[in-house]
Amino acid sequence: MAEPESPEAVPAERVKRTDRSPWNWLLVIPIVVPLLTPIYNHDAPRFAGFPAFYWIQFLFILLGVTTTSIVYRMTRR
Amino acid sequence: MSDHITEIIIFTALFLLVSGMGFVAARWRAPKDMAHLDEWGLGGRSFGGWITWFLVGGDLYTAYTFVAVPALIFGAGAAGFFAVPYTVIIYPMFFLILIRLWSVSHRHGFVTPADFVRTRYGSPTLALVIAITGIVATMPYIALQLVGIEAVLKTMGVTGDSLLARHAPIIIAFAILAAYTYQSGLRAPALIAFVKDSLIYIVILVAVLYLPYKLGGWGGIFDAADKKFQATPNPGDGILLTANNQLQYVTLALGSALALFLYPHSITGVLAGRNRTVIKRNMSALPAYSFLLGLIALLGYMAISAGIKPLPGAKAGSTDTNTVVPLLFDQKFPSWFAGIAFAAIGIGALVPAAIMSIAAANLFTRNIYKEYLKRDATPADEFKVSKIASLVVKIGAVGFIVFLDPQFSIDLQLIGGVIILQTAPAVALGLYTRWLHRGALITGWAAGMGLALWMLWQIPNAATKRAHFGGSAFPLNKFWFFDTPKTIYVGFVAVAVNLVVAILVTFLLRAMKTPDGVDGTTSDDYFADEGDPRVDKSVTTVETVSST
Repeated sequence: MAEPESPEAVPAERVKRTDRSPWNWLLVIPIVVPLLTPIYNHDAPRFAGFPAFYWIQFLFILLGVTTTSIVYRMTRR
Repeated sequence: MSDHITEIIIFTALFLLVSGMGFVAARWRAPKDMAHLDEWGLGGRSFGGWITWFLVGGDLYTAYTFVAVPALIFGAGAAGFFAVPYTVIIYPMFFLILIRLWSVSHRHGFVTPADFVRTRYGSPTLALVIAITGIVATMPYIALQLVGIEAVLKTMGVTGDSLLARHAPIIIAFAILAAYTYQSGLRAPALIAFVKDSLIYIVILVAVLYLPYKLGGWGGIFDAADKKFQATPNPGDGILLTANNQLQYVTLALGSALALFLYPHSITGVLAGRNRTVIKRNMSALPAYSFLLGLIALLGYMAISAGIKPLPGAKAGSTDTNTVVPLLFDQKFPSWFAGIAFAAIGIGALVPAAIMSIAAANLFTRNIYKEYLKRDATPADEFKVSKIASLVVKIGAVGFIVFLDPQFSIDLQLIGGVIILQTAPAVALGLYTRWLHRGALITGWAAGMGLALWMLWQIPNAATKRAHFGGSAFPLNKFWFFDTPKTIYVGFVAVAVNLVVAILVTFLLRAMKTPDGVDGTTSDDYFADEGDPRVDKSVTTVETVSST
């Protein structure tokens, strides 16, 4: 439970609360990248028999999880 | 039927087990006073991270999804894989939106998205529009959960010829479901979701390890699918996207992602969470289901590789591709394991069906009954009305399937996804800004709905030989100003038009100085967390804001 770091010691109740954080911009990446079909609409290279179209899109799941986890951790109060 | 006896026994045993759990759930984390919508309809708003993960996962990834997505892949190939990008982008998209919705709902005791709109814009009419849209979009979705169960029952041979014999198992299953939802409310699906999701995870992990081994490896599976699509006359199918369906793929993923968390049942799952942290952490944890869904989707290719022929559909000469996954399990697994897999799909239908009926019942109770029929309804009245409404909703869903062509429900669900998207400007944007005028939001909604229905009406389906409502991929050349074979998702176009109309009409109404209504929320409400002082439960927001 960290005290508000603002110089004027405002009571916690009065501090204007916000969800704003530069970290939130990271969320744009896993929204935009999976929608760029030219990146992944290929058969080669295959991975374990999976055409690129499929394994790359499975990797996007990891991208999404990583990003939301980072944003959660960095914006935790 | 006799060669399916092991499957039927295991299916029935697991089904009865979860039914028992459904009734016991009323006593799970039991409150002092159950007779309140917060308890029956939102599980006391007290669910932690794990319960929320199972509940929302079981809610968003429905039995119908698990049957229909591989069926789509089986029929069309890569285009059906949109389910993966769709369920990847949805969480970062809603990460910030949902915590605002949770906070403002926590502070004001909102139960439905229409409750929020009512207070935010001070407009019962706009709230009614949102509530009716929600109910209409949800009803066919519940009916489709029955289609999921029916695909399994059909494969097990539990079907008769007469109308009653054919549907008796489903009617019994839904009667049991209705009874324990009536009794236990949201606690029932929350508890059952543990069993359902555990079964699904086990079944799918076994399937994706065991089946490729039996079918000669993943490479062979994809090659077999490729060969099938090469041989078909349809230029749109294949294991990769074509030049013409990429725009559809992207807009469908984006539009579906935007729509899913606007559905009342998704919001019910979110509002049942205990605090903001539960919601945020689930945005990172729920993609585990997306991984599962991606694997399930690929079962469609395994069915091609295994040479599965779908069972005949309701009409003579048609086939029911929803049966390909059950058939794959039936033919490739030992019967005891196929029984578990079928139970997973069957139980998988119960969780979302229960939550959806609760969500629809809450909309009716809060935004129609309390608003228009009985203004002085007490929380106990709301609780009673909602319980009965949930029964009515389920009877309606069974009626859809028994008396109408199941295709009708599929069409309606397709329309449902498109029309729920039309609530995005009022609900999702409304969480951030009140700039759009309430009258403009209603006008925009009407424009979006009208355009969406016109576009859907124009879409034929070659496979089912139907002239209208044949899918959600709209050929752009039907707009006179385009000359291209590319297709686009109807909902995406409709919500864009909805928004543009809402903006233009806002300027107009502002210029005419039309009253804007009173905002019942303050900017601080959108950041409230667990432990925040709440507006008194007995004084609901409907009374705290004067309507104009």
